[in-house]
Amino acid sequence: MTPNAKTADPYAGSRDTTEGRVYTVTGGDWDSTFAGDPVSEERLVVNMGPQHPSTHGVLRLVLDLEGETVTKARVVIGYLHTGIEKNTEYRNWTQGTTFVTRMDYLAPLFNETAYCLAVEKLLGIEVPPRAEVIRVLVMELNRIASHLVGLATTGMEMGALTAMTNGFRERELVLDLLEEITGLRMNHAYVRPGGVAQDLPDSAEGSIREFLKIFPDRLGGFHRLLTGQPIWQKRLQKVGYLDVTGCVSLGVTGPVLRAAGLPWDLRKVEPYCGYETYDFEVPVETSADPFGRYLVRVAEMGESLKIVEQCLDRLEPGPVMVGDKKIAWPAQLSLGPDGLGNSMEHVSKIMGQSMEALIHHFKLVTEGFRVPAGQVYVPIESPRGELGYHVVSDGGTRPWRVHVRDPSFVNLQATAAMSEGGLIADVIASIASIDPVMGGVDR
Amino acid sequence: MTSTEHGEVAVPGTPAEAQRQRGMFGVSGSGDTSGFGGLVRVAPGSAVTLHSSERPYGEYFDEVMDAIEFALGPNRFAATVQRVVVDRGELTVYVARERLVRLCKTLRDHEALRFELLSSVSGVDYLGSGGAHEDRLHVVYHVTSMTFRRRIRLEVAVPVDDAIVPSVTGVYPTADWQERETWDMFGIDFAGHPGLTRILMPDDWDGFPQRKDYPLGGVPVDYKGATIPPPDERRSYR
Repeated sequence: MTPNAKTADPYAGSRDTTEGRVYTVTGGDWDSTFAGDPVSEERLVVNMGPQHPSTHGVLRLVLDLEGETVTKARVVIGYLHTGIEKNTEYRNWTQGTTFVTRMDYLAPLFNETAYCLAVEKLLGIEVPPRAEVIRVLVMELNRIASHLVGLATTGMEMGALTAMTNGFRERELVLDLLEEITGLRMNHAYVRPGGVAQDLPDSAEGSIREFLKIFPDRLGGFHRLLTGQPIWQKRLQKVGYLDVTGCVSLGVTGPVLRAAGLPWDLRKVEPYCGYETYDFEVPVETSADPFGRYLVRVAEMGESLKIVEQCLDRLEPGPVMVGDKKIAWPAQLSLGPDGLGNSMEHVSKIMGQSMEALIHHFKLVTEGFRVPAGQVYVPIESPRGELGYHVVSDGGTRPWRVHVRDPSFVNLQATAAMSEGGLIADVIASIASIDPVMGGVDR
Repeated sequence: MTSTEHGEVAVPGTPAEAQRQRGMFGVSGSGDTSGFGGLVRVAPGSAVTLHSSERPYGEYFDEVMDAIEFALGPNRFAATVQRVVVDRGELTVYVARERLVRLCKTLRDHEALRFELLSSVSGVDYLGSGGAHEDRLHVVYHVTSMTFRRRIRLEVAVPVDDAIVPSVTGVYPTADWQERETWDMFGIDFAGHPGLTRILMPDDWDGFPQRKDYPLGGVPVDYKGATIPPPDERRSYR
């Protein structure tokens, strides 16, 4: 690498061309990170990622090693940054849902719900009871799917490939349900400010009841396959330790905190969406290691099943969107041959019968609704911990600022605390047990 | 919902001097032709930051503010807390930046406060908020008391040419990456941070993308004989 003398930047040489200045970015930081003699020095610097099957996504680790012991773990992120927060500032409030659902792509419905709760708090509106129950229902199904992927990828990174294939196989069951309800397997944009995009299809209840019958046995399969298995235990126990003090000072929430012994679950301590009316437990372990986090996640899936069942039992007929026609997106959607679109009844109504409905449709879709100025912070319990939306409105039809406190982003800071002083193989166990989703980390 | 009978936003607590932006459709003279939207917009930021609330604040907010005043002493409290806003059931305390770290330490350690968890750090750019309000860059901290199950928001405002805020990483280690992100996106310098470098954008990036005056870039695009202007010049993006 020959850094251009004109720029002081060691990573990117540049030259002027007729098209403007062209930068040549190289992996130049390697030289400054590792300056010693590789033969005589004990210290070895190993680069892992960003493209590596065991780093849980596009995560890059720079590890200082002495023998197999990690003396320093540095985490490099940003490879998946897409500027979603900035993008939401140039779209109306309803379109924001489609953006935030792509952040933590394994927990899309949590992102949507937290965002919509924030917008609704700014508007000062409450959603109809049926919409609230449906939100809880889809969130808990989503929690199961997300924990299954967490489990599956942990298995893959530990070398337990059957855990991986089983995890993804069971997740398909949930994704099929979500597809039946929302039309999409991921990135649903189903939860909207004011309610949900459309009501449950008639077949959904039967499919979910069928799933509730099948799934407990599949969940037991993980216990039979992994929990008592010596290799699984040896890889996950007594490594990657992080106690409650460490968790709280590093801001770590979710299963990692609960596996350290603190029953901090926002569904219980600061209920939202009516969670205080559901009967479920908060699983806690005290081992503060990846094995404890695994047990917490498996137990949480069982609790989610209980909530899903209660949701089905309390579903009453009713609207799924607020009645205010100045907020409710005219989403009389139906499934056509070319995908989800406005239903024919809706189109014929706005084009042939009601001028007022046409105006509302046009204004809402092109301009959007206005949200009174102010700022709110809404935290919910996502599968990975506290997912907080800090939303600022200036009174206009678009958000002034949307900041997402993503649990993966904050929890990943604990990597160094969990893995320094341990063996290099245990770094993988530590990171897998945090279960970061890089889409959420980098946003 | 308190707004939009004729498009004019009736913002609770909006100060009378809040500036309004008109002519958003790019027309002058007769103005809006639809008659529905009115196309009047409160000037960015001005409605959110200029007012302050009076006691009693309600909920647990009075208790929290009393505890802060007791812990700091009246003189230091007056120098620390600039303004208190209670809106939509959330308490916001505007803090003088030189007193921020001391306040955070008190919030974390005092037995009547116990805000152990720093949930979130984020920046907001209130560009063009009007009047003499020069401090357009805000750093917003959300702190949580796990003991009392309470949340409050701290906000520090700085001008763009002196965008320095003391780092709270010494009190809350979790602020590390979150302050780096705020530096990366808004160019707010956190004095005393152990390693303030870019985190999401590439190391050699120029500028701070989430500032409101950051150019969006782009080129005009020809499509079926019409020209679509670059984002910066589009009406809807102004």
